[in-house]
Amino acid sequence: MFVSMAGMLVAWQLLIVLGDFPRFILPSPGDVLKRFLEIVGDGSLFRHLVTTLKEVLSGLALGVSSATTLGYLIAKSRWMERLLAPYIVASQSVPLVAIAPLLVIWFGPGILSKVLIAALIVFFPVLVNTVVGVRAAPEDLHTLMRSLQATRWQTLRLLEIPAALPVFFGGLRVGATLVVIGAVVGEFVGADSGLGFLINVGRGLYDTSLVFVAVFVLISMALILYGIVAGIEARLLAWQRRAQD
Amino acid sequence: MSSSKTEPILQIQNLSAVFSDGNGDLQALDDISFSVHPEEFVCVIGPSGCGKSTLLRILGGLLQPVQGRVLFRGEPLLEPRRGVGFVFQNSNLMPWRSVFENIALPLEVQNVPVNQVRPLVQELIDLVGLQGFENWLPRDLSGGMAQRVAIARALVHDPDLLLLDEPFGALDALTRETMGDELLRIAVDSSGGGRRRKTIVMVTHAITEAVFLADRVLALSPRPGRIRMDAPVSLPRPREEYLRYTPEFGELAHRLREAIG
Repeated sequence: MFVSMAGMLVAWQLLIVLGDFPRFILPSPGDVLKRFLEIVGDGSLFRHLVTTLKEVLSGLALGVSSATTLGYLIAKSRWMERLLAPYIVASQSVPLVAIAPLLVIWFGPGILSKVLIAALIVFFPVLVNTVVGVRAAPEDLHTLMRSLQATRWQTLRLLEIPAALPVFFGGLRVGATLVVIGAVVGEFVGADSGLGFLINVGRGLYDTSLVFVAVFVLISMALILYGIVAGIEARLLAWQRRAQD
Repeated sequence: MSSSKTEPILQIQNLSAVFSDGNGDLQALDDISFSVHPEEFVCVIGPSGCGKSTLLRILGGLLQPVQGRVLFRGEPLLEPRRGVGFVFQNSNLMPWRSVFENIALPLEVQNVPVNQVRPLVQELIDLVGLQGFENWLPRDLSGGMAQRVAIARALVHDPDLLLLDEPFGALDALTRETMGDELLRIAVDSSGGGRRRKTIVMVTHAITEAVFLADRVLALSPRPGRIRMDAPVSLPRPREEYLRYTPEFGELAHRLREAIG
């Protein structure tokens, strides 16, 4: 990984040397590092990072909790599925970018509208994978639990949740990468802080180095988030990995 | 057998059931009546689709019959009850739980205190010969080993009734015979060790297996399933391997084969 990153930096520097681009089109790695240290120094990067991180984490929490609750209900009840499925599928045909301005109008340029946009983008993949996951519990194991007179809660805890986890985590990994996009889209539409806001500012001032810094920080955030989810998954689903060895 | 002197543990009275097998085919049980006495081993045989598995689910209180009723110790059976162990055709283990945890499941569901769980599970692990495999996952087990775990799980809460749905159907012929012997050793012949002998109802489509294991074999007709024959098996216990090759054994197997049609 470090080799490929170093290779990319070398190629980038080479492009600058050979292409002789103006700094506002393509800044050099050195320019970007300098700008990075500047906004770290004056504390503004930290402030914007915290805003976006709040939006991302709250959006993820809200999206995942509502999607798993609704997903479980849909998986367990045909009636709920008939009632809700058409709306959920229809809502997915509306591009998020198109409704983001509406949410900003309704909920203001503060953090709330970004949280909602981030939650919406997380919602669908997590919901679908929850439904599929809960239904993946084998019928014979349900019969076993019934024969043992397991309570609904026991069936959920001992059978449905563990059986659903592999598929659920597939959805969560997708959601964890999308959630950053959701927050940034929201910030593009209207915000007064955040990494997406920083990109907008950088673009307006032709401060391309600033745009680069914000993009790299966003990438790092998405990678770390994905890594955390993958780490939890590996820990909880060790039984699957061991079986494949 | 002295069972006829005691109260039956299960009474099945004029039972009829209709159900769909998911492909739109209707399968049924038609007016079935029989009793099962404590410590009796009853095998139900019949062609595929005659409703054998449905019968077992009704006896477990998991399904309600369309007509007729089931009495458990004289009381109508309306829902699953404690003291029943189920063994399914595939071992039906939870892939995310180790051998130990799978066997412990019924105790966990019945809220047995944790410090009592370990000795109970360990006893069953010893009984089915899985020492050293406690931490293995189901996917690493052979079919026979997985089915041993399933049997241990069905016995761990010391049920008085064991319901087995073609438990050895997915095993190869040799493993199948071994597992039959094991089942007898664990649940029927091992009267020592503080364990009670179990009442067993087992569904199978293997006639010789039924004759070798059971005290009584019920032969069901093709759908709708009716009882064609109710044959006591008078072979001595413990059942020794040579019994399979006696004329008595062959003759009974032959009569049952004819009854199934």
